[in-house]
Amino acid sequence: MAEREERRFAQVSRESVALMAESAGVELGEEMAAVLAEDVCYRLREAAQSCSQFMKHAKRKKLTVEDFNRALRWSNVEAVCGYGAQDALPFRSGKEGELFFVEDREINLIELALATNIPKGCAETMVRVNVAYLDGKGGVELQGAVPTAVQSLSDDLLKYYQQITRAILGDDPHLMKVALLDLQSNSKMAALLPYFVYVISGVKSVSHDLEQLNRLLHMVRSLVQNPYLYLGSYVRSLVSSVMYCILEPLAASINPLNDHWTLRDYAALLLSNIFWTHGDLVSGLYHQILLSLQKVLSDPVRPLCSHYGAVVGLHALGWKAVEKVLFPHLPAYWANLQAVLDDYSVSNAQVKADGHKVYGAILVAVERLLKMKALSLSHPGEWCFNAQTGSLAAAGGYSSPGLSPPPQSLSEAAFGIASHLQAGSGGCPWEEWAPVSLPAMYLELYSFFGDSLAVRFSTGPGLDSPPYCPSALLREPKKEALGQGSNSDTARKMPQLTANLSISPRRDGSPRTDPPPPSLAAAGPGRSLPRSSSAQRSRYSSSRSAQRLTGLPRDVFPKARFASPQNGPPTFSFVIGGRQMGQRCQGRRPFQTVFAPTPPPAAVPPRAYAHKLPVIGRVGKPVRRWTCSHYSLLLPL
Amino acid sequence: VKPGSAGSSKSAAGAPEDQQTLLAVLQFLRKNKLTESVEILRREAGLPEDALDTKGADCSAPSSGGTAGGVDGLDAGSLLSRVAVSSSAGTPAPTKVFLGCSAMGVHHLWILSAAVADDQPDVSVVLSAYSQQGDPALYKVYYSDLKKFIESVLDCHRAELSQVFYPLFVHMYLELVYNNHESEAKAFFEKFSGDQECYYEDDLRVLSSLTKKEHMRGNETLLDFRTSKFVLRISRDSYQLLKRHLQERQNNQIWNIIQEHLYIDIFDGMPRSKSQIDAMSGSLAGEAKREANKAKVYYGLLKEPEIEVPLDDEDEEAENEEGKPKKKKPKKDSMGSKSKKQDPNAPLQNRIPLPELKDSDKLDKIMYMKESTKRIRLGRENLPSICFYTFLNAYQGLTAVDFTDDSSLIAGGFADSTVRVWSVTPKKLRKVKSAADLNLIDKESDDVLERIMDEKTASESKILYGHSGPVYGISFSPDRNYLLSCSEDGTVRLWSLLTFTCLVGYKGHNYPVWDTQFSPYGYYFVSGGHDRVARLWATDHYQPLRIFAGHLADVTCTRFHPNSNYVVTGSSDRTIRLWDVLTGNCVRIFTGHKGPIHTLAFSPNGKFLASGATDGRVLLWDIGHGLMVSELKGHTDTVYALRFSRDGELLASGSMDNTVRLWDAAKAFDDLETDDFTAATGHIHLQDNSQELLLGTYMSKSTPVVHLHFTRRNLLLAAGSYAA
Repeated sequence: MAEREERRFAQVSRESVALMAESAGVELGEEMAAVLAEDVCYRLREAAQSCSQFMKHAKRKKLTVEDFNRALRWSNVEAVCGYGAQDALPFRSGKEGELFFVEDREINLIELALATNIPKGCAETMVRVNVAYLDGKGGVELQGAVPTAVQSLSDDLLKYYQQITRAILGDDPHLMKVALLDLQSNSKMAALLPYFVYVISGVKSVSHDLEQLNRLLHMVRSLVQNPYLYLGSYVRSLVSSVMYCILEPLAASINPLNDHWTLRDYAALLLSNIFWTHGDLVSGLYHQILLSLQKVLSDPVRPLCSHYGAVVGLHALGWKAVEKVLFPHLPAYWANLQAVLDDYSVSNAQVKADGHKVYGAILVAVERLLKMKALSLSHPGEWCFNAQTGSLAAAGGYSSPGLSPPPQSLSEAAFGIASHLQAGSGGCPWEEWAPVSLPAMYLELYSFFGDSLAVRFSTGPGLDSPPYCPSALLREPKKEALGQGSNSDTARKMPQLTANLSISPRRDGSPRTDPPPPSLAAAGPGRSLPRSSSAQRSRYSSSRSAQRLTGLPRDVFPKARFASPQNGPPTFSFVIGGRQMGQRCQGRRPFQTVFAPTPPPAAVPPRAYAHKLPVIGRVGKPVRRWTCSHYSLLLPL
Repeated sequence: VKPGSAGSSKSAAGAPEDQQTLLAVLQFLRKNKLTESVEILRREAGLPEDALDTKGADCSAPSSGGTAGGVDGLDAGSLLSRVAVSSSAGTPAPTKVFLGCSAMGVHHLWILSAAVADDQPDVSVVLSAYSQQGDPALYKVYYSDLKKFIESVLDCHRAELSQVFYPLFVHMYLELVYNNHESEAKAFFEKFSGDQECYYEDDLRVLSSLTKKEHMRGNETLLDFRTSKFVLRISRDSYQLLKRHLQERQNNQIWNIIQEHLYIDIFDGMPRSKSQIDAMSGSLAGEAKREANKAKVYYGLLKEPEIEVPLDDEDEEAENEEGKPKKKKPKKDSMGSKSKKQDPNAPLQNRIPLPELKDSDKLDKIMYMKESTKRIRLGRENLPSICFYTFLNAYQGLTAVDFTDDSSLIAGGFADSTVRVWSVTPKKLRKVKSAADLNLIDKESDDVLERIMDEKTASESKILYGHSGPVYGISFSPDRNYLLSCSEDGTVRLWSLLTFTCLVGYKGHNYPVWDTQFSPYGYYFVSGGHDRVARLWATDHYQPLRIFAGHLADVTCTRFHPNSNYVVTGSSDRTIRLWDVLTGNCVRIFTGHKGPIHTLAFSPNGKFLASGATDGRVLLWDIGHGLMVSELKGHTDTVYALRFSRDGELLASGSMDNTVRLWDAAKAFDDLETDDFTAATGHIHLQDNSQELLLGTYMSKSTPVVHLHFTRRNLLLAAGSYAA
């Protein structure tokens, strides 16, 4: 019994009681001390019992001295003073080891009273709210993780962050340019990446404001191009923001005057850029993108502008993507589109215009598909080579083959260039996808597009493959689109187009990146034109310049087996394809603005087929930025 | 608003002994020169003036009939100051009338009880029953003999008969202690305390520390144990078995204890299973007697006041001014009256007098209805978002929290005696201007209510100073003009939220007041404290209107029924009692918790009650049938907060274990099988479906959940202070 009680309760021994009594000057008998000790124990327990009640009602788990004193007070016992301090009291043993006491130092009251360092006191009691949003199934999302974290940054970074975001989203275009440039080259802002990504994810909240969307996309571009940044998994977030701009029926699209098409084009360009340069950071990104594009495309409920975005996006991802996703889906999609295009009612005018946009985008994508496919077939050897590089690239996560081919790969003399182009196209292997033979594909496409396809396709360089110049070179001009070679054709077709071209300082974003392959020298010299020389002077990759050079002699289409009725200006269609390639190849390289403006094209003979092309939506204002204009260029406007 | 008289007042003159008791009290008062009290008591009891004088001669023949009738006439004006003298106390000691175990009485004689409170109840009287003793050495033999018998009976009876162990054990132990057989008592305790149910652990701890007769004096828990009979429910068959056994063995010692200290509620039918018994046991004084829960309870909701029609008109005007469409109103009106047309379970509208609605109340009602239309319907598939209000820098000093019904204000009671009020909305808290400034205001202007506020005083929070001890409970008035707080200093204070000053200090408890709450209609409020009683007050009376006595230990929490006709109290004696505000009677006793009850919540429809205790369990009760409905297990520490969602679909519970849990209340109530047998016997079969009913557990960051509140749109607000 005794043992058990000892385990349960603190006991006051009779010796202690006797000692206490002694110190109070009372002599206690043994008997008396024992009885007293027992009673003291009981009273202590009683007090402990009742003071726990105060603790419970104060909703605490910790019993305080205050609780105990309250219990004492309510049972008419004097409270024990002096133990209310928050800090623990040191409990010491005396020298003999038998004696324990609480250290109670003397305090100099005068010192305390006259002390000049007045303690600050404790912080004001306050209430803060924290919200857990339940999604109905019980999952919890905590609110606003990022903004609170911003506060933990160093002041400098914080200031930088504020200045940059303010400049980019602010009114001053000059300031914005500076900010973007800095964002693109600053090597010390890696810590801010999450916050910029967070800012960019704000696209969803400004979908009504094209200007802001544009700025945010520029921000993406700067971040993507910054060589010092490792984007890591933030790529995913960036991609989703960009995809939003490509695919979503933005609020700004409601007003037909808003040129959201350009925005989508730009975003698509950016997407391919991110994908080729940083695609390796996130596994499966390519598939995810393709899937979401496919989903949008196959959703008839989505507005046409979304479909347009999907097509442009696929186009930007390369012809393989087009072949894999767009081509098989085309028959199903065509019916819808046809219905839209055939509706001539006034109320349908706007939708119809949108439909033409989509039509144009599909046409462009499909053309390049045909062309690239033809090309890949025509140069099996190259193709193999490219496939290799491509697969290498694929191993690295689909990074652009155009980029990936290290200089060595290009060393294959003149073909290097072509190979690099093809690599670009072939770089995105899409597993278990059964290729359709080229003629079959052509036939099918022809059934949709009729002559407009045939015309454009055939406008390519001469049918006979035996080119007097290396096929690669032929193609160059097209890819390089902007290239001088192409402009003559484009100019004829659509005024806006040419305008864009001439404006295009887009060199900066474009693929200058490739290091000049040795082959260039070999290939270049023969064909170099006067203006190409200027280009060459620039540090552009030799291949590029080579392409530019070749611009003129594009008559040779190596592989074309289709007899094209007309021998129209060959450049036309190829320009598009070629340009695409060029885009794809651009890597993340320092911005280069060196660009030789092309002379305005001479008058171009009207195209015979021009009338067959659907005339689609008009772009009200000339596109301001080269970047934006890329894709709109591709469309027969 | 002066309450009009309502209901019928009980006749003061009951059985002759009651008269005698009264006379004794009067005599006592006179002896103590409390002539005023004598007068009041005499008048209210309806005794003739000469009753006392003639007492010696014919105390047994008071004239009751006529005077009883007179009571009604006399007190017609002051409705709530009626006296219904307990009919059950029956103890000769005068104090027992007021402090004893009677659950029945409404005693307006609080002055009296205060006056005699310092007199300890006569322990010798109370304990005298223990004086008869047998051979102390035989106690063990008796007990183990019984134990052996009970262990050998059929399974179906064993569980029931095992209930006898604990009360027998306690009483035998106390007898030993009382008769100074200390060592035998200790040995007895040592031998058998391990056999007792684990949920009696706390009581056993108290018992074990008590080893001397002197200790019993002043130990209130034990006095209560002694004076109240421990209630057991046993089937007739089991009881016969036990009786036969004890008589065969001539085990008089035990038989005497059973006869004197136990109340065995015998029922016909199948013996209950162990789980059934365990569900209901655990309280300090056993289960509730069946008849204790037989009274009719009007748990239905009151009709929305008649004024609703003019209210709608006004509202319409108001809306027109705002240029809003008219047609919405009539629809709402019809909807409102349809749902409230006839509820057979609702009390009469004027069963207790309620304050009239003011214009501002009507406006608030309109706001409420508007908000309700936007309410999110919660359910198993649709859980609410939770906002957690964390009190920072409170240094574990936060003791109570309340939100206004519209969730615009939050108030906290602190251990440092302060009450702080925060505005949760951007609207700042402002005081009314001083009297001098008020004189300058154009009182005719439309925005006079705005003009009386002093912009200079605008701030996010205000601190109310006045208490001299930790503030254990706070409650906003429904109109948001007042705040109640109760404290360890024994007072309940009423604060104005217009001037942010204290208006009244209600003194009466004299001991720490653990909880207080406003009636849902305002005006009345209830408080409960360490003195084991709950009191009903009206804001304009400085004395309580009712005293609800009956709990055997502290009243730890008090809540008003949504129809304001009932008050529920939870206590450290581990029982919950429902009191009728009109009569002051205890109409329900719920047992089943195994620890002090710390929170209670009525379902919005008034039919159900939820309770949470230190045992970490939440129990659901059907008020109409007086039955336990469900047991929600999951919390690992004291449950301090409970709240039903606005539509009653969900129950949220908050606990010391830093979690908020959501329970599917609708399912728990639907599953309830209320066949006649269950209702008649009160024997429930609880399935253990806590896991099924638990919809979610949400952790806070080491912040115990002290309060929960559903906004009018069913967003869940939780509050607590960060415990570093």
